[in-house]
Amino acid sequence: MSRDLTAIKPYGDTMNDGKIQLSFTLPVPAGPEGKEAARKMASQLNLKEVEVVHTKDLGEDFSFYIVYGQTDKTIDYTKIRVARATSSVMDYYEINEYIEENIGRPLRVVGACTGSDAHTVGLDAIMNMKGYSGEYGLERYPMFKTLNLGSQVPNEELIHKALEFDADAMLISQVVTQKDIHVKNLTELVELLEAERLRDKFTIVVGGPRISHELALELGFDAGFGIGTLPPEVASFLAEELNREINKEEN
Amino acid sequence: MAKLDLDQNKVKRCRLASVKIADSVDNYIEGLTTTSVERTILRLYGVDGVNSEEIPVPNLIVDQLNKADLLEAGAAVRLGQALLSSQLTVEDLSEAIAENKLDIIKLINNSNLNSNKVKSYMRELASNRAKKIKAIREKRDELQQEYPPGPKPWLYVIVATGNIYEDVQQARAAARQGADIVAVIRSTAQSLLDYVPYGPTTEGFGGTYATQENFKIMREALDEVGQEEGRYIQLVNYCSGLCMPEIAAMGAIERLDMMLNDAMYGILFRDINMKRTFVDQYFSRLINAYAGIIINTGEDNYLTTADALSEAHTVVASQFINEELASRSQLPPELMGLGHAFEIDPTVKDGFLLEIAQAQLVRQLFPEAPLKYMPPTKYMTGDIFKGHLQDGMFNLTSIITGQGIQLLGMLTEAIHTPFMQDRALSLENAKYIFNNACNLGGEIQFKPDGKIQGRADKVLDETVEMLEEIAEKGLISALESGLFAGIERPRNGGKGKDGVIKKASDYYNPFAEIFRKELVASE
Repeated sequence: MSRDLTAIKPYGDTMNDGKIQLSFTLPVPAGPEGKEAARKMASQLNLKEVEVVHTKDLGEDFSFYIVYGQTDKTIDYTKIRVARATSSVMDYYEINEYIEENIGRPLRVVGACTGSDAHTVGLDAIMNMKGYSGEYGLERYPMFKTLNLGSQVPNEELIHKALEFDADAMLISQVVTQKDIHVKNLTELVELLEAERLRDKFTIVVGGPRISHELALELGFDAGFGIGTLPPEVASFLAEELNREINKEEN
Repeated sequence: MAKLDLDQNKVKRCRLASVKIADSVDNYIEGLTTTSVERTILRLYGVDGVNSEEIPVPNLIVDQLNKADLLEAGAAVRLGQALLSSQLTVEDLSEAIAENKLDIIKLINNSNLNSNKVKSYMRELASNRAKKIKAIREKRDELQQEYPPGPKPWLYVIVATGNIYEDVQQARAAARQGADIVAVIRSTAQSLLDYVPYGPTTEGFGGTYATQENFKIMREALDEVGQEEGRYIQLVNYCSGLCMPEIAAMGAIERLDMMLNDAMYGILFRDINMKRTFVDQYFSRLINAYAGIIINTGEDNYLTTADALSEAHTVVASQFINEELASRSQLPPELMGLGHAFEIDPTVKDGFLLEIAQAQLVRQLFPEAPLKYMPPTKYMTGDIFKGHLQDGMFNLTSIITGQGIQLLGMLTEAIHTPFMQDRALSLENAKYIFNNACNLGGEIQFKPDGKIQGRADKVLDETVEMLEEIAEKGLISALESGLFAGIERPRNGGKGKDGVIKKASDYYNPFAEIFRKELVASE
């Protein structure tokens, strides 16, 4: 069957059936009225043929629903453009070779979970020797010299340490996003760097479950990486970006 | 119950090494107190409230005493001098200090009371306050008689909205859905605050502030829903970080049932000074022991940074150290919720067998402890469907090996703080497996030369080796060299160092004396 990429729809078990599953909680007790409310909610989302396949009472006048429906909306896939930090991801060996060949010295990277954020799992996944999901972290790369400052690092201290370490780049991790605290932390860093005329001195990269490359650019960062990012993606970006920066300076 | 065949001589060697390690810690902190311990003593006497800038009165008093070089004798004696010479009650004195109407230093310097008289007065006051804590403990026993907690493994869920009233709503619903234990996660960074915030709070990041008022609000809600459900619902908070013993005191007063409390977590993961942490953990555990509060230790955290396969022995070694240090605070084994976790990479072949080996090993090494078993977090992704299955494997391991406190995994672990439905789904998951495989552990045996037995032997071997190495070089040097979680901490570094104070020869902490004496007598 041919696919019309200018008008795609979700695929359940037949092309263009538009099937979607969703689940949510409503602040009402379970019962026929709750079920009808769930169905109406899905209808208001423009889903057709809505079926509430599961209802469960959660106590305290809350109830949970699993719902199927179908959509008649379509997307023109051929028109989609997504901002990406890197066009191509190199592997561990290629990255080291690339840096050696193009820059000729190890890149110096400082990492930190800034502000009140105490969750280092993302930062460690990218920086620690062991890395994540079978990919070594930056510490393991001979062509990266790294300094992992850990959790709860104030922005001022990060800048101070980055200068002391003579860093080329900063990696910032932000996991806690309640009440947009991450946006405040990130904005503050950029403002501090700009105030001290240091913004051009560092390539700054942010990662976290709620971070996208687009959001990062909007906040004045050079790149952003979201959930599931592996060390080579960040390393490839740093290699290419710093190659541009460093060799531009020298030209 | 299926049993591993463990070399008891090696187990004995682990415990002997731990005794040596704990001795070195005792020596290291000999003759020291901290600002947080002294604030705790004030709180235990009933000092409370904040001034117009929200600074707690215990902090106001201890800071002033410290500045005036009056803290070395202990806050108890100084409070006694102030009370006796002003003839005020603790409540009135707290209020006067909060309103800046009273200069406690002047009061102390002008008092020329006989120090024995002050001490005996404060001893009696402390003894009355201790009786109150004892009564709270007895109240818990009574309630648990009337509304027994569910069977183990207890189902432990968290709430973390930042708003205590929203937390209450979620906690009540969780109890209706079958939760046995509710933990209120603290706002991120509270562990590094050198004071305890005050009053009910409705704003927090990644959690809700631990305040005495918040404890009270949640306690009342859980008592109410527990009575309706006919099941005592246990409440958990964190006595860790710079205010470890103060929060232990607040938990004792508000009848919390469990508190996160680890001998080394603060040093490793929050970069808190070693002396500060060891002094604080000793007194906080003494309070927990007296109040009958189960501690939850934090070994599971090692595996979020270090590899669960190659570093499994560091978890067991730390459990032995936590056990020995806890017993020196008179905590009985049934209050030691030693922590570990299901964190092996899910792509590892036979990883499930290795998880069973670890869980069963820990179960047999600490037979009376209500082990705190933590769910997969490190390898949780945005794939909630796979995540739900990972949590199911975790639950199956727990029911086979008889864990005590089952911290339920959330299918949305890597995404957000749990939605109400996430909690409900994880409770369903655990209840299904705990019922469906209820007696599986009793029906199986481990092959003597099998993978599970082999793995347990290997971990135990590495544990003995590690503990004996630490006993040789001392725990402080071990922490300096990164033996735990791959994190290195210098002995003179860390936050809260300024709060470590040398005790004078006439130092007096009547609560420590009373608690210890009664606990030893009841052994």
